[in-house]
Amino acid sequence: MTVPTSTDVDAAGEAVRGEELERLRAEVAVWRARYAAGELRDIAFVNSDGPVDPVFTALDASPDVATLGLPGTFPFTRGIHPTGYRGRLWTMRQFAGFGSAADTNARYKFLLERGQTGLSVAFDFPTLMGYDSDHPRAAGEVGKCGVAISSLADMERLFEGIPLGDVSTSMTINGPAIILFAFYVAAAERQGVPAARLRGTIQNDILKEYMAQHAWVFPVEPALRLVVDCFEWAAEHAPKWNTISISGYHIREAGSTAPQELAFTLANAFAYVEHGLARGLAVDTFAPQLSFFWDVHNDFFEEVAKMRAARRIWARHLRERYGARDPRSWMMRFHCQTAGVTLTAQQPLNNIARVAYQAMAAAFGGAQSLHTNSMDETLALPTETAVEVALRTQQILAYETGVANVADPLGGSYYVEALTDRLEAGAEAQFVEIARAGGVVRAIETGWFQRRIAEAAARHQWDLEQRRRITVGVNAFTTEDAGTTIPTLLVSESTAAEQTARLSALRSARDGARADAALGALTAAARSDRNIFPALLDAARAECTLFEIRSAMEVVFGTYREPIFF
Amino acid sequence: MTSAALLAEFRARRPAALARAISIVENRRPGFEAILAALYPSTGRARRIGVTGPPGAGKSTLTAQLTSAWRAAGHTVGIVAVDPTSPYTGGALLGDRIRMEAVALDDGVYIRSLATRGAGGGMSAAAADAADVLDAFGFDRVIIETVGVGQSELDVAQATDSCLLVLVPESGDAIQALKAGLMEVADLFVVNKADRPGADQIRRDIEFTLRLRAAPAAAVPRAPAPWTPPVLATAAVTGTGIADVLGALDAHYAYLFETGSLAERRRARLQARVVDIVDRRMRERMWEDAAATTWLAGQLDALAARETTPFAVADALLARPGGLGRRTP
Amino acid sequence: MPRPIRVLVAKPGLDGHDRGAKVVAAALRDAGMEVIYTGLHQTPEMIATAAVQEDVDVVGLSILSGAHMTLFPRVRELLHVAGRDDILLTGGGIIPQSDMEALQRTGVGRLFGPGTSTGDLVRYIREWFAERQPQDA
Repeated sequence: MTVPTSTDVDAAGEAVRGEELERLRAEVAVWRARYAAGELRDIAFVNSDGPVDPVFTALDASPDVATLGLPGTFPFTRGIHPTGYRGRLWTMRQFAGFGSAADTNARYKFLLERGQTGLSVAFDFPTLMGYDSDHPRAAGEVGKCGVAISSLADMERLFEGIPLGDVSTSMTINGPAIILFAFYVAAAERQGVPAARLRGTIQNDILKEYMAQHAWVFPVEPALRLVVDCFEWAAEHAPKWNTISISGYHIREAGSTAPQELAFTLANAFAYVEHGLARGLAVDTFAPQLSFFWDVHNDFFEEVAKMRAARRIWARHLRERYGARDPRSWMMRFHCQTAGVTLTAQQPLNNIARVAYQAMAAAFGGAQSLHTNSMDETLALPTETAVEVALRTQQILAYETGVANVADPLGGSYYVEALTDRLEAGAEAQFVEIARAGGVVRAIETGWFQRRIAEAAARHQWDLEQRRRITVGVNAFTTEDAGTTIPTLLVSESTAAEQTARLSALRSARDGARADAALGALTAAARSDRNIFPALLDAARAECTLFEIRSAMEVVFGTYREPIFF
Repeated sequence: MTSAALLAEFRARRPAALARAISIVENRRPGFEAILAALYPSTGRARRIGVTGPPGAGKSTLTAQLTSAWRAAGHTVGIVAVDPTSPYTGGALLGDRIRMEAVALDDGVYIRSLATRGAGGGMSAAAADAADVLDAFGFDRVIIETVGVGQSELDVAQATDSCLLVLVPESGDAIQALKAGLMEVADLFVVNKADRPGADQIRRDIEFTLRLRAAPAAAVPRAPAPWTPPVLATAAVTGTGIADVLGALDAHYAYLFETGSLAERRRARLQARVVDIVDRRMRERMWEDAAATTWLAGQLDALAARETTPFAVADALLARPGGLGRRTP
Repeated sequence: MPRPIRVLVAKPGLDGHDRGAKVVAAALRDAGMEVIYTGLHQTPEMIATAAVQEDVDVVGLSILSGAHMTLFPRVRELLHVAGRDDILLTGGGIIPQSDMEALQRTGVGRLFGPGTSTGDLVRYIREWFAERQPQDA
């Protein structure tokens, strides 16, 4: 008797599997005939991208252990932590900001008292575009959709009584990201907290701004230089800080499909990696500080599969294409936000249910951090009650439903594995298309992405109006009086006036010569090929305002102009 | 508003009156001919420049850059930007203003977007009329910007003193079209986005084609002395090369002026204009009489049976006593 | 032949969320209107200037930033100064019902909230235009 070799065993296994698949194929053929004869409801069976097959079997997915792996092992399809959520739960991080720094500071304390575990700053539009609150272009928008932060003093007030060494803070800021980061580092300094202890994230993802969200300041090339300056400075001085949050969220909210969100975002990510490498940074010095941000939309399984595919693509490209050796470079860590665009103004209480399902998809997808939208966000900024319900939704999910017990609970599902594979293959095909369009930067300049996103948005709207897609309370199950039935937040109209007064007081009280010198040095640094961050930090310490700093850089960099639209 | 009131407002240089005058002319509203006639004596002062080329060549950005430069030199600029009407819906999306934002708030600049509204090429039938209105309003420079697709380059060349054809390194296919004769209409070639690969190649292609050209088979009457269209490189987004384009436009204008071909060109334009009006009026007069259509309908059986010919029917129509003969001098 | 309705679609202020504005612009074009799209980050002065130069019938503003109580009245006022009170100023975005009503009292047209069908908007503009056309030059 001979001992069977592993090859024999494999061959025997193959044969058995081959027989099983044959049998399955025959069964599927029978089923298909029965399906074709069955009566279907008159509605489109689609996900964000198009029609969905009615059933999935082993023929569609090959949950091959080699590619699937386990939680915490390459390529991380099943999650980045071996312990899943048993070790560390996702961070509950509600995006918040309105009115003045003091108004928002009070909201943060409210949220922290109720068990929120991280902060997330929403800035107002003037801040997002690099304007001070007293700039003429800021008229009407100061403190409206976020908090107004025009200086280091505002940043200090925003975190008054909140120890920056202990909290993790996410800041949604892109065009002037590096300026606000300098304010934050300087504010921490004044609390006696060194940059090395800071934990948190600046979004800093300028490429998707050009594609989708449009809060830009500088043209593409200098903007990318600033992003890489952040990578470089933080790698040395703030190693716990996420220097970027590469975001699919805004691409999706602008109308893209899930496969587009996945592919465009990762294409952006690779562009950042390549810019870092071009600076001469070793990939493992900055890649571990790159983080991601996904939208969690309505199609439950598609969303879970999207996050799984994203982790796998990132791991493979980082290891195989960019030669990263540090496993932390391979691991995609990401924040999720439930899809704002799915909320309805009609029957607003329904939004609580939508958000809960979306939050569950984020948990199944293995998110590190989650924002759940408040029910009233199509009407106004959230009230305390609404934001508390949204936070409680996460807590119920985490502590009552059992989803946090098992890592990647949908792993091995024919449907989810097949979707994951298809999304990955689709993204790889898109990367080729993008390269053919000249790469990310060129494709932005020619409007390649923008056109595709706008087309997808128009198609979606058309589907809704044709009732191919259903939105409960909007184009189905409507009621007569579906308007606002919940109280909404009124943001104080006095913020702009207060901010204007504070800014003029600040300008007269500060050491003007020091501020001017700092701005001059900043312009010089912008002109040089040195890392600009130290000069920014000095300008922040010298009480220069956001717009002053922006302007000092703008004289060198210029301003971005939207090149094209449809 | 009456025509007289509108003209008074127009002469008081109210932008809303200018805008309304263009609308009336564009829409062929009652009284539009009277307005054009009233404005005619004030026309002929502006230098008219055509900017044409394939979609995405950067025409609007270039137009904005030229405008900024002329404004800096103290000239006022009126711009007619023409975009295609959808043949399916009759609607249009006019987005050229986006790229002209830098000059949009300048009192010395007026930008008007027109849709082609069924005009075959990229040039609106009304664009030339709108240029007249802008000229009469007193703009020093009038730019007509259109997407170049086939016939429209010719229309633009005819409606302007200098016609600038904008190409990009990706316009290789356009060169083929140029070889087919459109080369004749451009007074200036601009290779925009010249920082991109392929820019030198396309410049060489154009220059080669220009050299191949023997005597110009002039689609538009040309000067006797040869004008060799320069081929210039720009990057309109950054403004690189704009000064060269301005210089070449001035050189072309000086050439036209000194050789007398400016006057000749403008006279040809006027002639074409009158021919156009006559064509339109004849058509209108022919068909405004319902009896003509009825009579034609009555001939269709005979035509179908091959008992008569379309030519005989047409001659008979023209010869009808109630037809065109009625008002011909 | 009736002339096409001309509409200026603009995004005033610093808010860059233009999904709605683009969907609306495309829908109005598909409904046979001539849509002048001005792009992002427009000041009220830029919008009013464009509306006058383009001789539009309708100005549609998309505002999601909460700045509607500043921006609508300012555009209305600038159109008035330019002698163009006849232009329909409409729009949409995240605007509370009470603010919509307050704006309508100042001469702003109907405003549309989230979830509006583009068909409703097209109908509204067409009906308004049909009513006023007799006085159209």
